[in-house]
Amino acid sequence: MIPASFDYVRVGSADEAIGLLSEHGEDAKLLAGGHSLLPLMKLRLAQPSLLVDIGPLREFSYVTDEEDYLAVGALTRHHDIAVSPLTLSSVPLLAHVAGQIGDPQVRHRGTIGGSICHGDPASDLPAVLLALGATFVARGPNGQREIDAKDFFVSFFEVALKPDELLVEIRVPRPSDARWGFEKLTKRAQDWAIVGAVAVRSASGVGVGLINMGPVPLRSGAVEAAVLSGANAAEAAQFAAEGTEPSADFNGSVAYRQHVARVLVRRALEKAGV
Amino acid sequence: MQIEITVNGTTESHDVEARTLLVYYLRDAVGLKGTNIGCDTTSCGACTVLLNGQSVKSCTVLAAQVAGDEVTTIEGMALEDGRMHPVQQAFQECHGLQCGYCTPGMVMAITSLLAENPEPTEEYIRLGLEGNLCRCTGYHNIVAAALAASGAPEMHQ
Ligand SMILES: Cc1cc2nc3c(=O)[nH]c(=O)nc-3n(C[C@H](O)[C@H](O)[C@H](O)COP(=O)(O)OP(=O)(O)OC[C@H]3O[C@@H](n4cnc5c(N)ncnc54)[C@H](O)[C@@H]3O)c2cc1C
Ligand code: FES
Ligand code: FES
Repeated sequence: MIPASFDYVRVGSADEAIGLLSEHGEDAKLLAGGHSLLPLMKLRLAQPSLLVDIGPLREFSYVTDEEDYLAVGALTRHHDIAVSPLTLSSVPLLAHVAGQIGDPQVRHRGTIGGSICHGDPASDLPAVLLALGATFVARGPNGQREIDAKDFFVSFFEVALKPDELLVEIRVPRPSDARWGFEKLTKRAQDWAIVGAVAVRSASGVGVGLINMGPVPLRSGAVEAAVLSGANAAEAAQFAAEGTEPSADFNGSVAYRQHVARVLVRRALEKAGV
Repeated sequence: MQIEITVNGTTESHDVEARTLLVYYLRDAVGLKGTNIGCDTTSCGACTVLLNGQSVKSCTVLAAQVAGDEVTTIEGMALEDGRMHPVQQAFQECHGLQCGYCTPGMVMAITSLLAENPEPTEEYIRLGLEGNLCRCTGYHNIVAAALAASGAPEMHQ
Protein backbone atom coordinates (compact mmCIF):
# COMPACT_ATOMS: atom_id res chain seq x y z
CA MET A 1 0.00 0.00 0.00
CA ILE A 2 1.35 3.36 -1.01
CA PRO A 3 -0.10 6.74 -0.05
CA ALA A 4 -1.64 9.02 -2.68
CA SER A 5 0.81 11.59 -4.06
CA PHE A 6 1.62 14.67 -2.01
CA ASP A 7 4.11 17.48 -1.87
CA TYR A 8 6.65 17.16 0.88
CA VAL A 9 8.53 19.83 2.78
CA ARG A 10 11.00 19.13 5.53
CA VAL A 11 11.04 22.24 7.68
CA GLY A 12 13.99 23.79 9.47
CA SER A 13 12.03 25.70 12.11
CA ALA A 14 8.68 25.84 13.88
CA ASP A 15 7.97 29.19 12.22
CA GLU A 16 8.50 27.69 8.78
CA ALA A 17 5.97 24.98 9.64
CA ILE A 18 3.44 27.52 10.92
CA GLY A 19 3.95 29.63 7.78
CA LEU A 20 3.22 26.64 5.55
CA LEU A 21 0.14 25.74 7.60
CA SER A 22 -1.14 29.33 7.35
CA GLU A 23 -0.59 29.34 3.62
CA HIS A 24 -2.08 25.93 2.79
CA GLY A 25 -4.80 25.55 5.44
CA GLU A 26 -6.61 22.24 5.60
CA ASP A 27 -4.70 20.79 2.61
CA ALA A 28 -1.52 20.62 4.65
CA LYS A 29 -0.77 18.12 7.43
CA LEU A 30 2.05 18.05 9.91
CA LEU A 31 4.11 14.87 9.96
CA ALA A 32 5.89 14.01 13.23
CA GLY A 33 6.74 10.32 13.69
CA GLY A 34 4.17 9.35 11.07
CA HIS A 35 2.99 6.32 13.01
CA SER A 36 -0.63 7.42 13.02
CA LEU A 37 -0.73 9.53 9.89
CA LEU A 38 1.16 7.30 7.45
CA PRO A 39 -1.02 4.21 8.13
CA LEU A 40 -4.08 6.38 7.42
CA MET A 41 -2.50 7.72 4.26
CA LYS A 42 -1.58 4.22 3.08
CA LEU A 43 -5.24 3.23 3.48
CA ARG A 44 -6.18 6.49 1.70
CA LEU A 45 -8.24 7.50 4.73
CA ALA A 46 -6.17 10.68 4.70
CA GLN A 47 -4.94 12.36 1.51
CA PRO A 48 -3.23 15.64 2.40
CA SER A 49 -1.79 17.46 -0.59
CA LEU A 50 1.14 18.77 1.43
CA LEU A 51 3.08 17.03 4.18
CA VAL A 52 5.01 19.37 6.44
CA ASP A 53 7.65 17.18 8.08
CA ILE A 54 8.46 18.54 11.54
CA GLY A 55 10.43 15.39 12.42
CA PRO A 56 13.79 17.15 11.98
CA LEU A 57 12.96 19.77 14.66
CA ARG A 58 14.88 17.93 17.35
CA GLU A 59 14.93 21.09 19.51
CA PHE A 60 11.40 20.00 20.48
CA SER A 61 12.65 16.66 21.76
CA TYR A 62 13.46 16.98 25.45
CA VAL A 63 12.38 16.26 28.99
CA THR A 64 13.32 18.97 31.48
CA ASP A 65 12.52 19.82 35.07
CA GLU A 66 10.81 23.17 35.52
CA GLU A 67 9.78 24.68 38.82
CA ASP A 68 6.17 23.51 38.87
CA TYR A 69 6.10 20.87 36.19
CA LEU A 70 7.96 18.43 33.99
CA ALA A 71 8.32 19.90 30.48
CA VAL A 72 8.21 17.45 27.58
CA GLY A 73 8.88 18.62 24.03
CA ALA A 74 6.12 17.68 21.59
CA LEU A 75 8.53 15.81 19.34
CA THR A 76 9.93 13.60 22.09
CA ARG A 77 9.59 9.98 21.06
CA HIS A 78 7.81 7.45 23.28
CA HIS A 79 11.04 5.48 23.78
CA ASP A 80 12.96 8.55 24.91
CA ILE A 81 10.24 9.42 27.43
CA ALA A 82 10.15 5.85 28.72
CA VAL A 83 13.90 5.73 29.43
CA SER A 84 14.41 9.34 30.52
CA PRO A 85 15.84 9.32 34.07
CA LEU A 86 13.92 12.53 34.74
CA THR A 87 10.55 11.06 33.73
CA LEU A 88 11.31 7.88 35.63
CA SER A 89 12.10 9.77 38.82
CA SER A 90 9.54 12.58 38.75
CA VAL A 91 6.52 11.21 36.83
CA PRO A 92 7.10 7.43 36.64
CA LEU A 93 3.50 6.92 35.45
CA LEU A 94 4.31 8.79 32.25
CA ALA A 95 7.47 6.76 31.68
CA HIS A 96 5.60 3.52 32.32
CA VAL A 97 2.78 4.29 29.88
CA ALA A 98 5.10 5.63 27.17
CA GLY A 99 6.97 2.32 27.50
CA GLN A 100 3.78 0.31 26.89
CA ILE A 101 2.72 1.93 23.62
CA GLY A 102 2.67 -0.42 20.65
CA ASP A 103 6.06 -2.12 20.40
CA PRO A 104 9.71 -0.97 20.46
CA GLN A 105 9.69 -0.09 16.76
CA VAL A 106 6.59 2.09 17.21
CA ARG A 107 8.12 3.71 20.30
CA HIS A 108 11.29 4.55 18.37
CA ARG A 109 9.24 6.66 15.93
CA GLY A 110 6.00 7.84 17.55
CA THR A 111 6.02 11.14 19.44
CA ILE A 112 4.03 12.36 22.42
CA GLY A 113 2.82 15.37 20.40
CA GLY A 114 1.55 13.14 17.60
CA SER A 115 -0.26 10.93 20.10
CA ILE A 116 -2.05 13.93 21.56
CA CYS A 117 -2.82 15.82 18.34
CA HIS A 118 -4.14 12.76 16.55
CA GLY A 119 -7.11 12.84 18.93
CA ASP A 120 -7.66 9.07 18.94
CA PRO A 121 -9.69 8.13 22.06
CA ALA A 122 -7.95 4.73 22.06
CA SER A 123 -4.52 6.28 22.58
CA ASP A 124 -2.91 5.85 25.98
CA LEU A 125 -1.14 9.12 26.69
CA PRO A 126 -4.11 11.52 26.37
CA ALA A 127 -6.05 9.89 29.22
CA VAL A 128 -2.91 9.78 31.35
CA LEU A 129 -2.21 13.48 30.75
CA LEU A 130 -5.85 14.28 31.56
CA ALA A 131 -5.61 12.40 34.86
CA LEU A 132 -2.37 14.21 35.68
CA GLY A 133 -3.91 17.60 34.84
CA ALA A 134 -1.36 18.46 32.15
CA THR A 135 -1.24 21.66 30.10
CA PHE A 136 -0.39 21.81 26.40
CA VAL A 137 1.48 24.67 24.76
CA ALA A 138 0.50 25.53 21.18
CA ARG A 139 2.36 27.91 18.90
CA GLY A 140 0.74 29.80 16.02
CA PRO A 141 1.33 32.87 13.89
CA ASN A 142 0.53 35.11 16.88
CA GLY A 143 2.71 33.37 19.45
CA GLN A 144 2.08 30.75 22.11
CA ARG A 145 -0.94 29.85 24.19
CA GLU A 146 -1.63 27.27 26.86
CA ILE A 147 -4.51 24.83 26.62
CA ASP A 148 -5.69 22.70 29.54
CA ALA A 149 -5.72 19.01 28.71
CA LYS A 150 -9.39 18.93 29.74
CA ASP A 151 -10.25 21.47 27.01
CA PHE A 152 -8.07 19.93 24.32
CA PHE A 153 -9.96 16.85 23.15
CA VAL A 154 -12.97 18.17 21.27
CA SER A 155 -14.45 15.13 19.53
CA PHE A 156 -13.50 11.96 17.68
CA PHE A 157 -10.08 12.70 16.06
CA GLU A 158 -10.60 16.42 16.68
CA VAL A 159 -8.53 18.58 19.02
CA ALA A 160 -8.55 22.25 20.01
CA LEU A 161 -5.58 23.27 17.83
CA LYS A 162 -6.24 25.81 15.08
CA PRO A 163 -5.23 24.67 11.58
CA ASP A 164 -2.12 26.87 11.72
CA GLU A 165 -1.01 25.83 15.19
CA LEU A 166 1.74 23.49 16.27
CA LEU A 167 1.88 21.74 19.61
CA VAL A 168 5.31 22.47 21.07
CA GLU A 169 5.32 21.41 24.72
CA ILE A 170 3.48 19.31 27.27
CA ARG A 171 3.62 20.48 30.89
CA VAL A 172 3.04 17.72 33.38
CA PRO A 173 2.47 18.50 37.06
CA ARG A 174 4.59 16.46 39.45
CA PRO A 175 2.24 15.56 42.29
CA SER A 176 4.42 14.76 45.27
CA ASP A 177 4.15 11.30 46.82
CA ALA A 178 1.81 10.23 44.03
CA ARG A 179 0.79 6.62 43.76
CA TRP A 180 -0.70 5.41 40.52
CA GLY A 181 -2.14 2.52 38.56
CA PHE A 182 -2.42 1.96 34.81
CA GLU A 183 -4.52 -0.87 33.38
CA LYS A 184 -4.97 -1.69 29.72
CA LEU A 185 -6.98 -4.54 28.25
CA THR A 186 -5.78 -5.86 24.89
CA LYS A 187 -6.42 -9.16 23.16
CA ARG A 188 -3.12 -9.22 21.31
CA ALA A 189 0.28 -7.88 22.27
CA GLN A 190 1.08 -4.52 20.66
CA ASP A 191 -2.58 -3.50 20.28
CA TRP A 192 -4.44 -0.38 21.29
CA ALA A 193 -6.53 -0.65 24.45
CA ILE A 194 -10.00 -2.19 24.14
CA VAL A 195 -10.48 -0.26 27.37
CA GLY A 196 -7.86 1.36 29.58
CA ALA A 197 -7.88 3.11 32.94
CA VAL A 198 -5.44 5.24 34.85
CA ALA A 199 -5.58 6.50 38.43
CA VAL A 200 -3.30 8.94 40.24
CA ARG A 201 -3.63 9.61 43.97
CA SER A 202 -1.57 12.22 45.77
CA ALA A 203 -1.80 14.79 48.53
CA SER A 204 -3.15 17.24 45.97
CA GLY A 205 -6.10 15.06 44.93
CA VAL A 206 -7.10 12.23 42.67
CA GLY A 207 -7.22 11.88 38.89
CA VAL A 208 -8.92 9.06 36.99
CA GLY A 209 -8.71 8.75 33.21
CA LEU A 210 -10.44 6.39 30.78
CA ILE A 211 -9.13 5.18 27.42
CA ASN A 212 -11.47 4.23 24.57
CA MET A 213 -14.68 4.84 26.51
CA GLY A 214 -16.17 7.48 24.21
CA PRO A 215 -15.33 9.73 21.28
CA VAL A 216 -12.64 11.47 23.36
CA PRO A 217 -10.32 10.39 26.18
CA LEU A 218 -12.19 10.93 29.44
CA ARG A 219 -11.58 12.03 32.98
CA SER A 220 -14.01 10.35 35.34
CA GLY A 221 -15.40 13.03 37.63
CA ALA A 222 -17.85 10.61 39.23
CA VAL A 223 -15.14 8.19 40.37
CA GLU A 224 -12.93 11.04 41.55
CA ALA A 225 -15.79 12.54 43.61
CA ALA A 226 -16.48 9.15 45.19
CA VAL A 227 -12.83 8.73 46.18
CA LEU A 228 -12.68 12.23 47.64
CA SER A 229 -15.78 11.51 49.71
CA GLY A 230 -14.12 8.46 51.21
CA ALA A 231 -15.22 5.54 49.02
CA ASN A 232 -12.80 2.62 48.70
CA ALA A 233 -11.57 1.40 45.29
CA ALA A 234 -14.39 -1.11 44.74
CA GLU A 235 -17.08 1.37 45.73
CA ALA A 236 -15.69 4.24 43.67
CA ALA A 237 -15.13 2.02 40.61
CA GLN A 238 -18.89 1.37 40.40
CA PHE A 239 -19.18 4.88 38.96
CA ALA A 240 -16.61 4.25 36.20
CA ALA A 241 -19.13 3.86 33.38
CA GLU A 242 -21.05 6.98 34.29
CA GLY A 243 -21.15 9.46 31.41
CA THR A 244 -19.25 7.13 29.04
CA GLU A 245 -20.33 6.39 25.47
CA PRO A 246 -17.99 3.68 24.25
CA SER A 247 -18.42 2.32 20.76
CA ALA A 248 -19.41 -1.27 20.07
CA ASP A 249 -17.17 -3.23 17.72
CA PHE A 250 -15.73 -6.71 17.23
CA ASN A 251 -13.74 -6.27 20.44
CA GLY A 252 -16.79 -5.79 22.61
CA SER A 253 -20.26 -4.37 23.11
CA VAL A 254 -21.06 -1.18 24.98
CA ALA A 255 -22.10 -3.15 28.07
CA TYR A 256 -18.88 -5.21 27.95
CA ARG A 257 -16.70 -2.12 27.73
CA GLN A 258 -18.56 -0.48 30.60
CA HIS A 259 -18.08 -3.61 32.70
CA VAL A 260 -14.38 -3.73 31.85
CA ALA A 261 -14.04 -0.03 32.73
CA ARG A 262 -15.40 -0.72 36.23
CA VAL A 263 -12.97 -3.61 36.68
CA LEU A 264 -9.94 -1.73 35.37
CA VAL A 265 -10.72 1.42 37.35
CA ARG A 266 -10.96 -0.66 40.52
CA ARG A 267 -7.58 -2.25 39.82
CA ALA A 268 -5.99 1.09 38.95
CA LEU A 269 -7.39 2.69 42.12
CA GLU A 270 -6.11 -0.20 44.23
CA LYS A 271 -2.64 0.20 42.77
CA ALA A 272 -2.87 3.92 43.46
CA GLY A 273 -3.49 3.11 47.11
CA VAL A 274 -7.16 4.08 47.27
CA MET B 1 12.87 14.02 -5.32
CA GLN B 2 16.51 13.10 -4.82
CA ILE B 3 16.97 11.29 -1.50
CA GLU B 4 20.32 10.45 0.02
CA ILE B 5 20.46 7.80 2.74
CA THR B 6 23.47 5.95 4.11
CA VAL B 7 22.56 2.29 3.75
CA ASN B 8 24.89 -0.25 5.34
CA GLY B 9 27.65 2.34 5.37
CA THR B 10 27.33 3.30 1.69
CA THR B 11 25.81 6.60 0.63
CA GLU B 12 22.86 5.95 -1.66
CA SER B 13 21.19 8.67 -3.70
CA HIS B 14 18.05 7.95 -5.69
CA ASP B 15 15.36 9.97 -7.39
CA VAL B 16 12.09 8.70 -5.93
CA GLU B 17 8.60 10.03 -5.31
CA ALA B 18 7.96 11.76 -1.97
CA ARG B 19 5.49 9.01 -1.09
CA THR B 20 8.09 6.26 -1.40
CA LEU B 21 8.21 4.19 1.76
CA LEU B 22 11.63 3.32 3.14
CA VAL B 23 11.06 -0.39 2.51
CA TYR B 24 10.51 0.24 -1.22
CA TYR B 25 13.49 2.60 -1.34
CA LEU B 26 15.62 -0.23 0.07
CA ARG B 27 14.15 -3.02 -2.05
CA ASP B 28 13.51 -1.29 -5.36
CA ALA B 29 15.78 1.76 -5.55
CA VAL B 30 18.82 0.34 -3.72
CA GLY B 31 18.06 -3.25 -4.74
CA LEU B 32 18.45 -4.86 -1.33
CA LYS B 33 15.70 -7.48 -1.14
CA GLY B 34 16.58 -8.86 2.29
CA THR B 35 14.05 -6.64 4.03
CA ASN B 36 10.68 -8.35 3.66
CA ILE B 37 7.20 -6.90 3.50
CA GLY B 38 4.67 -8.94 5.45
CA CYS B 39 1.56 -7.13 6.61
CA ASP B 40 2.30 -3.67 5.18
CA THR B 41 0.34 -2.28 8.17
CA THR B 42 2.99 -1.81 10.90
CA SER B 43 1.96 -5.04 12.62
CA CYS B 44 4.29 -7.91 11.73
CA GLY B 45 7.79 -6.48 11.96
CA ALA B 46 9.08 -8.32 8.86
CA CYS B 47 10.25 -4.99 7.45
CA THR B 48 12.24 -3.98 10.54
CA VAL B 49 15.54 -2.21 9.84
CA LEU B 50 17.84 -0.13 12.02
CA LEU B 51 17.55 3.63 11.71
CA ASN B 52 20.54 5.27 13.37
CA GLY B 53 20.87 2.06 15.36
CA GLN B 54 17.24 1.75 16.49
CA SER B 55 14.68 -0.70 15.16
CA VAL B 56 11.88 0.80 13.03
CA LYS B 57 9.27 -0.67 10.70
CA SER B 58 10.32 0.48 7.25
CA CYS B 59 6.79 0.07 5.82
CA THR B 60 5.73 3.01 7.98
CA VAL B 61 8.57 5.44 7.36
CA LEU B 62 8.93 7.60 4.27
CA ALA B 63 12.35 7.48 2.65
CA ALA B 64 12.19 11.28 2.64
CA GLN B 65 11.84 11.34 6.43
CA VAL B 66 15.22 9.69 6.91
CA ALA B 67 17.24 11.55 4.28
CA GLY B 68 20.74 12.00 5.66
CA ASP B 69 20.29 9.24 8.23
CA GLU B 70 21.92 5.83 8.58
CA VAL B 71 19.97 2.70 7.82
CA THR B 72 21.18 -0.85 8.41
CA THR B 73 19.48 -3.81 6.74
CA ILE B 74 20.10 -7.53 7.13
CA GLU B 75 22.63 -7.29 4.27
CA GLY B 76 24.73 -4.99 6.43
CA MET B 77 24.91 -7.30 9.43
CA ALA B 78 27.80 -9.63 8.61
CA LEU B 79 31.07 -8.83 10.37
CA GLU B 80 33.94 -7.26 8.43
CA ASP B 81 35.76 -10.58 8.11
CA GLY B 82 32.69 -12.10 6.48
CA ARG B 83 31.49 -14.08 9.49
CA MET B 84 27.87 -13.82 10.46
CA HIS B 85 26.81 -11.30 13.04
CA PRO B 86 26.41 -12.92 16.48
CA VAL B 87 22.61 -12.58 16.27
CA GLN B 88 22.58 -14.33 12.88
CA GLN B 89 24.97 -16.97 14.19
CA ALA B 90 22.74 -17.56 17.19
CA PHE B 91 19.68 -18.01 14.94
CA GLN B 92 21.55 -20.74 13.08
CA GLU B 93 22.79 -22.46 16.22
CA CYS B 94 19.49 -22.28 18.10
CA HIS B 95 17.38 -23.19 15.07
CA GLY B 96 15.62 -19.84 15.36
CA LEU B 97 14.01 -19.98 11.94
CA GLN B 98 11.93 -22.28 9.79
CA CYS B 99 10.64 -20.60 6.61
CA GLY B 100 12.80 -17.57 7.36
CA TYR B 101 10.33 -14.93 6.29
CA CYS B 102 10.29 -13.15 9.65
CA THR B 103 14.00 -13.67 10.24
CA PRO B 104 15.55 -10.48 8.81
CA GLY B 105 13.10 -8.40 10.85
CA MET B 106 13.68 -10.54 13.94
CA VAL B 107 17.46 -10.18 13.64
CA MET B 108 17.20 -6.40 13.32
CA ALA B 109 14.69 -6.09 16.17
CA ILE B 110 16.86 -8.24 18.46
CA THR B 111 20.01 -6.32 17.54
CA SER B 112 18.26 -3.12 18.61
CA LEU B 113 16.98 -4.70 21.83
CA LEU B 114 20.45 -5.95 22.75
CA ALA B 115 21.99 -2.54 22.01
CA GLU B 116 19.55 -1.01 24.48
CA ASN B 117 20.00 -3.76 27.06
CA PRO B 118 23.10 -5.95 26.62
CA GLU B 119 22.16 -8.19 29.56
CA PRO B 120 18.53 -8.97 28.91
CA THR B 121 16.16 -11.23 30.78
CA GLU B 122 13.95 -13.63 28.88
CA GLU B 123 10.97 -11.42 29.74
CA TYR B 124 12.67 -8.37 28.24
CA ILE B 125 13.23 -10.24 24.97
CA ARG B 126 9.69 -11.61 24.84
CA LEU B 127 8.12 -8.20 25.50
CA GLY B 128 10.58 -6.54 23.14
CA LEU B 129 9.55 -8.82 20.28
CA GLU B 130 5.85 -8.06 20.56
CA GLY B 131 5.99 -6.22 17.26
CA ASN B 132 7.48 -9.15 15.35
CA LEU B 133 5.29 -12.03 14.25
CA CYS B 134 6.48 -15.50 13.30
CA ARG B 135 4.08 -18.02 11.83
CA CYS B 136 6.43 -20.98 12.10
CA THR B 137 8.65 -21.33 15.12
CA GLY B 138 6.46 -20.69 18.13
CA TYR B 139 9.07 -18.12 19.19
CA HIS B 140 10.93 -20.27 21.73
CA ASN B 141 14.01 -20.71 19.60
CA ILE B 142 13.97 -17.08 18.54
CA VAL B 143 14.04 -16.04 22.20
CA ALA B 144 16.76 -18.62 22.84
CA ALA B 145 18.78 -17.17 19.95
CA ALA B 146 18.43 -13.66 21.31
CA LEU B 147 19.62 -14.76 24.75
CA ALA B 148 22.50 -16.77 23.26
CA ALA B 149 23.58 -13.78 21.15
CA SER B 150 23.57 -11.51 24.17
CA GLY B 151 26.34 -13.63 25.65
CA ALA B 152 28.49 -13.54 22.51
CA PRO B 153 31.77 -11.68 23.01
CA GLU B 154 31.29 -9.63 19.81
CA MET B 155 28.13 -8.10 21.31
CA HIS B 156 30.13 -6.63 24.15
CA GLN B 157 32.90 -5.00 22.16
C1 LIG C 1 1.40 -0.78 15.27
C2 LIG C 1 1.07 0.43 16.09
C3 LIG C 1 0.67 0.26 17.40
C4 LIG C 1 0.34 1.36 18.18
N1 LIG C 1 -0.07 1.14 19.45
C5 LIG C 1 -0.42 2.19 20.22
C6 LIG C 1 -0.84 2.00 21.56
O1 LIG C 1 -0.88 0.87 22.08
N2 LIG C 1 -1.19 3.09 22.28
C7 LIG C 1 -1.12 4.35 21.77
O2 LIG C 1 -1.44 5.30 22.48
N3 LIG C 1 -0.70 4.57 20.51
C8 LIG C 1 -0.36 3.52 19.73
N4 LIG C 1 0.07 3.75 18.45
C9 LIG C 1 0.14 5.13 17.93
C10 LIG C 1 1.49 5.73 18.20
O3 LIG C 1 1.59 6.09 19.56
C11 LIG C 1 1.73 6.97 17.33
O4 LIG C 1 3.08 7.18 17.32
C12 LIG C 1 1.11 8.24 17.81
O5 LIG C 1 -0.26 8.09 17.98
C13 LIG C 1 1.29 9.36 16.81
O6 LIG C 1 2.55 9.94 16.94
P1 LIG C 1 3.38 10.31 15.65
O7 LIG C 1 4.50 11.17 16.10
O8 LIG C 1 3.71 9.10 14.91
O9 LIG C 1 2.33 11.26 14.87
P2 LIG C 1 2.01 11.43 13.32
O10 LIG C 1 1.45 10.19 12.76
O11 LIG C 1 3.17 12.05 12.63
O12 LIG C 1 0.87 12.54 13.45
C14 LIG C 1 -0.41 12.22 13.98
C15 LIG C 1 -1.31 13.44 13.86
O13 LIG C 1 -0.92 14.47 14.75
C16 LIG C 1 -0.56 15.66 14.04
N5 LIG C 1 0.62 16.18 14.73
C17 LIG C 1 1.75 15.48 15.02
N6 LIG C 1 2.60 16.24 15.74
C18 LIG C 1 2.00 17.45 15.90
C19 LIG C 1 2.38 18.66 16.56
N7 LIG C 1 3.53 18.78 17.22
N8 LIG C 1 1.50 19.70 16.51
C20 LIG C 1 0.32 19.60 15.87
N9 LIG C 1 -0.09 18.48 15.24
C21 LIG C 1 0.75 17.41 15.25
C22 LIG C 1 -0.33 15.23 12.62
O14 LIG C 1 -0.62 16.27 11.71
C23 LIG C 1 -1.31 14.07 12.47
O15 LIG C 1 -2.59 14.55 12.22
C24 LIG C 1 0.43 2.68 17.64
C25 LIG C 1 0.85 2.86 16.33
C26 LIG C 1 1.17 1.76 15.55
C27 LIG C 1 1.60 1.98 14.15
S1 FES D 1 5.48 -5.15 6.70
FE1 FES D 1 6.04 -3.55 8.03
S2 FES D 1 5.30 -4.25 9.92
FE2 FES D 1 4.58 -5.79 8.58
S1 FES E 1 10.31 -18.64 10.47
FE1 FES E 1 8.54 -18.60 9.21
S2 FES E 1 7.59 -16.76 9.83
FE2 FES E 1 9.15 -16.98 11.28
